[in-house]
Amino acid sequence: MFDAQPMSRPMVTTPERESSRPLVQVLHDWMVTVDHKRLGLMYFSYGILFLVIGGVEASIMRAQLAVANNHLVSPEVFNRLFTMHGTTMIFFAAMPIVFGFANYLVPLMIGARDMAFPRLNAWGFWMSALGGIILYFSFIGGFGLYGAGSAPDVGWFAYAPLTSPAFSVGHSTDYWIVGILVSGFGSIATALNVMTTILCLRCPGMKLNRMPLFVWMNTVMAALVLVAIGPLTAAQLMLLIDRYLGGHFFDTQAGGSAVIWMHFFWIFGHPEVYILVLPAFAIVSEVIPVFSRKPIFGYSIMVAATVSIGFISLGVWAHHMFTVGMTSYANAFFVASTAAIAVPTGIKIFNWVGTMWGGKIIYKVAMLFCVAFLCQFLIAGLTGIMLASAPFDWQLGNSYFVVAHFHYVILGGIVMAVFAGTYYWYPKVVGKMMNETLGKWHFWLFVIGFHLTFDFMHVPGLLGMPRRIYTYEASRGWEVWNLIVSIGVIFQAVGVLIWAANVIWSYYKGEIAGNDPWDAWTLEWHTTSPPPDYNYAEIPVIRSRRPLWDLKHPEDPDWKYE
Amino acid sequence: MPLSANLRGKVGMWCLIIAESAIFSIFVVAYLYYAGKSLSGPTPAQVLDVPYLTSICLFSSSLTILLAEKALHRGNVKRFGFFWFLTIALGVIFLIGTGREWYRLIYKDGLTISTNLFGTTFYSLVGLHAFHVTVGLIGLTIIWLLTLFGAVKQEHSERINVFAMYWHFVDAIWVVVLSVVYFITR
Repeated sequence: MFDAQPMSRPMVTTPERESSRPLVQVLHDWMVTVDHKRLGLMYFSYGILFLVIGGVEASIMRAQLAVANNHLVSPEVFNRLFTMHGTTMIFFAAMPIVFGFANYLVPLMIGARDMAFPRLNAWGFWMSALGGIILYFSFIGGFGLYGAGSAPDVGWFAYAPLTSPAFSVGHSTDYWIVGILVSGFGSIATALNVMTTILCLRCPGMKLNRMPLFVWMNTVMAALVLVAIGPLTAAQLMLLIDRYLGGHFFDTQAGGSAVIWMHFFWIFGHPEVYILVLPAFAIVSEVIPVFSRKPIFGYSIMVAATVSIGFISLGVWAHHMFTVGMTSYANAFFVASTAAIAVPTGIKIFNWVGTMWGGKIIYKVAMLFCVAFLCQFLIAGLTGIMLASAPFDWQLGNSYFVVAHFHYVILGGIVMAVFAGTYYWYPKVVGKMMNETLGKWHFWLFVIGFHLTFDFMHVPGLLGMPRRIYTYEASRGWEVWNLIVSIGVIFQAVGVLIWAANVIWSYYKGEIAGNDPWDAWTLEWHTTSPPPDYNYAEIPVIRSRRPLWDLKHPEDPDWKYE
Repeated sequence: MPLSANLRGKVGMWCLIIAESAIFSIFVVAYLYYAGKSLSGPTPAQVLDVPYLTSICLFSSSLTILLAEKALHRGNVKRFGFFWFLTIALGVIFLIGTGREWYRLIYKDGLTISTNLFGTTFYSLVGLHAFHVTVGLIGLTIIWLLTLFGAVKQEHSERINVFAMYWHFVDAIWVVVLSVVYFITR
């Protein structure tokens, strides 16, 4: 098989940008496209749009909490803000962004011309988009308690019985249910597509143990979506049955159980964390080796760790429920399983550091974000282990300590990796380099803002400040900490604005990137920037994990040693 | 032996089946968890009869669709159409059986989805399955109509196999639902 056709040199020209076609026609092209690259970009931009919306909601909350006894927003509005912030960030910012990366890069990395089911791919995207529109339509159409337009206000995990018709009057909760339900269908379609693409469309020579780690981690992500979204869909259907058909699933007065909603939600909810963080690991696993000028350390262990994270993550959900009061056997089991997941995660951190160790590290912005990711994700994991211990969780569950912990995971881990990914792959997608100076401003402002906000957020949690309160009294010792936390938001917001400016500026004024600006090793750098519609004129044939290394160093190729 | 591109339909369908199984498993768990926890009647033992006949029909439809698949694989479109139609007929008999059962439960035994926990979980689980049967029947019927118009040929055998996987899945789920609802918890 390997002697078939050796990989030819790529075309070196970067194709001309689409010249002036009427805007309507261009938009129409994007609407009807089934191309994985365009859909990937649409997923990504859609996710970023909601990231900004969710960010604005967070900023309003932080403005409200900056000082004690504040009355910037009412308690009702505050409830809507944290509900919409959580729901938006998880389902309509983070998931579309990771799907965007998978959509754009997986086919390119495995040497395929498109996803396995291009039309299903478009369907998945538009379902997700519809879900977001339904959720946000609630601001106008989802009349709530007072009959006026009202966003959902039941919290992003919507515990029963708050969601029962008696306590959630009107339709705002229904918009929450249906929006998530619909986007879940889209997620399942996309995961199915990613999985099938990876299993069936790899180019000749791309054995499973030669796939880039990015692809491996997205395989596990897709598998988790397939098994984890179903429980959420089922739970939402039950909630709809309760609300519309008078069912009793979560109706405690008829013998139903409010706790079973928690179980069903978190059976989805915890794997979801790994659905989001595995693609972040995927990005980091590509960026760190290239900017350390070393192949990834411990490839097969990384794969094994990824797969075991996938498995273990399905059995840890009730660590979200220690404070509910479970039996000591259940507590012990979930403490143990949650602590166990630290082992494969620790292996990963070790391997990334091992990759950098002795490498010739180049601190481009993408790499800076990866280094920040490593430090922050480590701390996030450590507070995670603290919270995994049930007695500790009894003390701090539902406090700002928990909020700080999971924002450390999501912002310090996932968002940092996503930023690294944008700096790393922007040249491939657009054909221009992103500006490094602006990038460094973005990096430092964002990292400083992040640490101001989330390092100091642990403290009011330890001092007893519960999450989801709209204001607090003075003289509890929380004011200073909350003020610092809120000030950090400003830095982060400015950082993100600079990033957005950089994206736009570089599109017009950036340096021409060429095919392979980072001297990287995976297949996507083999084609032009941006890649042509068909990705590869000739389907590549590979012989090792680093096909482009083999091509650039015929005297010392990897396949001799693997 | 790596999976090749022409197996993608099957792999995709397997993924869908996994995702669907996850949905069903939560409904099954809810059914088992709430079994016997209803605060009022009627109870399953009072009102449920095992639907032997319709279940046999549904299980047989897996056999007839298999015979249809084999016929198309060998290029015998007529035989394919016959067994495909038989599959539809058996599926429809199953749905009619469910409809009659529900009619009896609602109007004679007074069990609706809001009567008690048993009603809620029973109609949800059986209804979710019946919904999947309905979707399958719509697909089966479309393919049967295409066969009548001569659009289905031997070369579509692979695709027909992929669709048949879904029907087999719907049948397999009924094994679970039948055992849980009519045998284990009754």
